[in-house]
Amino acid sequence: MKGEYQITETLDVKGLSCPMPIVKTKQAIDPLDAGSVLEVVSTDSGSMSDIKGWADGTGGVELLEQSEGTEGGDAVYKHYVKKIE
Amino acid sequence: MSTDTPTADGTDAALTARIEALESEIADLKADAGDEQKQMTIVATKGSFDMAYPPLILASTAAAFGWDVVVFHTFWGLDILHEEKSKNLKLSAVGNPSMPMPNALAALPGMDSLATRMMEKRIEENGTATIEELIDLSLETGVDLQACQMTIELMDYDEEDFYDGVTTGVGAATALNHMADSDVQLLI
Repeated sequence: MKGEYQITETLDVKGLSCPMPIVKTKQAIDPLDAGSVLEVVSTDSGSMSDIKGWADGTGGVELLEQSEGTEGGDAVYKHYVKKIE
Repeated sequence: MSTDTPTADGTDAALTARIEALESEIADLKADAGDEQKQMTIVATKGSFDMAYPPLILASTAAAFGWDVVVFHTFWGLDILHEEKSKNLKLSAVGNPSMPMPNALAALPGMDSLATRMMEKRIEENGTATIEELIDLSLETGVDLQACQMTIELMDYDEEDFYDGVTTGVGAATALNHMADSDVQLLI
């Protein structure tokens, strides 16, 4: 993970599938201040493409980074979304 | 030393005013284009378990994009918004090539319920939201779920039968208006 930003809040959507990771991400980022970074932790492999598509198609947010790893044998996908306005 | 004449002055002033007017018009157009909110209209006509999902998933996701979304429910699509019926939507075992059984067997009594129970189990295991959750989520995120007035009466439903927040008293003209302004229109 790049060290250029600080995580403001973490959203755990492990175990949820489409469209929940996107909808929950939107709901979690709305109340945050501009400049905040939301970490989204998902087990849905589709979230890699979906979070990117959502961030590209939505004003006021920027996808900083995505990573893929494992936690306790399960694949875990992490997304870092910055609220820019 | 000036070469300006009264006539030239007059022309300049008129040109400047015209340029200013055009510039402000362009600025307004740019502002409008930048603010343009995407719109989507879905017409949901089916009331089976599997057909309830696509409109609700697309609608709630589009709302997360900040789109203005209308889902116009008509005919069996009304059952998705019907508080009681939405909890008992069935997956049809007959005529479904994905079912691991021949149609003659699938047509036996109880097979639709069996197929639905199997699907519900898979949905739970997969962490997929229930239909009720998706309806609540859609309403919460500002999706306009509309129930066609003509089919409400045709099906002999009551406005009270639907989830709180569902729009009733609307017809084809309302749906068409929104469709004409929409970037995405889907019939499901």
